[in-house]
Amino acid sequence: MQRSNTYIILFSVALTVILGGLLSLASVGLKPAQQKQIELDTKKKILGAVMDISSYNDPNAILALYDEKVESMIVDINGDEVTTDQKGNPVTAEKVDIQKNYRFPANERLFPVYKFKEDPSSDKVDAYIFPMFGAGLWDWISGYMALENDLNTIKGVAFDHKQETPGLGARITSEEVQSRFVGKKVFEGSELVSVSMVKGEGNAGLTEHQVDGMSGATLTGKGVNAMLQSYLGYYESYINKVKSGNGKVALN
Amino acid sequence: MSTETAEVKEKKPAEALFSKRRRRIVSDPLNEDNPITVQVLGICSALAITIKMEPTLVMSIAVIAVVVFSNLFISLIRDLIPGRVRIIVQLAVIATLVTLVSEVLKAYYFDMYKVLGAFVGLIITNCIVMGRLEAFAMANKPYDSILDGLGSGFGYAWIILVVAFFRELFGSGSIMNFKVFDAIGWESFPTNGLMVDSIGAFMVLGILIWVQRAKTGYVEH
Repeated sequence: MQRSNTYIILFSVALTVILGGLLSLASVGLKPAQQKQIELDTKKKILGAVMDISSYNDPNAILALYDEKVESMIVDINGDEVTTDQKGNPVTAEKVDIQKNYRFPANERLFPVYKFKEDPSSDKVDAYIFPMFGAGLWDWISGYMALENDLNTIKGVAFDHKQETPGLGARITSEEVQSRFVGKKVFEGSELVSVSMVKGEGNAGLTEHQVDGMSGATLTGKGVNAMLQSYLGYYESYINKVKSGNGKVALN
Repeated sequence: MSTETAEVKEKKPAEALFSKRRRRIVSDPLNEDNPITVQVLGICSALAITIKMEPTLVMSIAVIAVVVFSNLFISLIRDLIPGRVRIIVQLAVIATLVTLVSEVLKAYYFDMYKVLGAFVGLIITNCIVMGRLEAFAMANKPYDSILDGLGSGFGYAWIILVVAFFRELFGSGSIMNFKVFDAIGWESFPTNGLMVDSIGAFMVLGILIWVQRAKTGYVEH
């Protein structure tokens, strides 16, 4: 059916306004729920790096648990605590966008540190959790690595990704793959060597710095290795400070 | 008075809610005119998201919702749509619905949102949806269009669910993340890496098409 140009333009405008309005409404209406999901997801991952939280089904219980057991702080590349951003505004670790920071040169980035305490009233930190960010095969990957109190043994890891292939690279988010990191060491003596996923799956005779790889997802594994290597490097000064008993940092 | 007019209206032979013709609108795409195995549409997503059953199920629901509602919406405004821009209008409607689905998933089903990621957005490019709008909703009444959407949506859904069933079973040794082989005590079951790859989907799909065509006697013209 032929219609005048005016009709077509008016029709297009009306349709755009209606559909656009609908999308805006949905976006505004769903925003609080989405933000809560993202916050919950972040805190779940931080906790998930140190403990099994699969028995917690209630989102509020997870948030409460987080508030109780996790303390956070931010350090810079030299391992010194940072409390304000470059403009002098106070910053909190949970609000630091690792992805955004990733775009800055490493010496300008903020590096959050999460300290997990089994007993919140004591000074003893049971695990240090470091957020990380890097490139996978198709898009970004991110992760949290929890180190034991000795700052050498891996207590747990929690990875996330944007676009890795389900069933292949996306397996880095599975419990099965993440549990392979537990107990591995990141230091050899005082030298940082990180851990790395090897090629192929079902490898025998792995050292304490090697993790069994994922069949069909070697490139995602390489991305994970690069991310761990670089971020452990960024946190190395902080780790060394804590280790050498630079008390203030360790205890606050 | 008003009752009389109402009676007159009822005398017109209205088509039954589930007349034979309408039942065929729903049932044809399930088998004889299946969007995937016969029309060979929507193959990309059938390969991409069928590694495990759970995401496949969510994807099926998303596609059914999108195809049904876009069919309904396009059918409602089919007489208003200018012919020259109809494809863009269809695309805009699909894109809006897909974005809505994606936003809802993000708000209430975040884990699945992360697994499916871009694939939900890619429903926009799923030929099945646009094919139905162009071939059916543009020329038929809203109710029939809903039925057509349901038929095509479920026709798509059952195929990818069957593909996902075999891929997850042999590729990951589980069904809906439930480790079946561990459960029956066969813990050394060798999972097949090929099934996790897209090639596995091609193979399962190929076998499915073969079986189906052997039964229906369908031949490509």
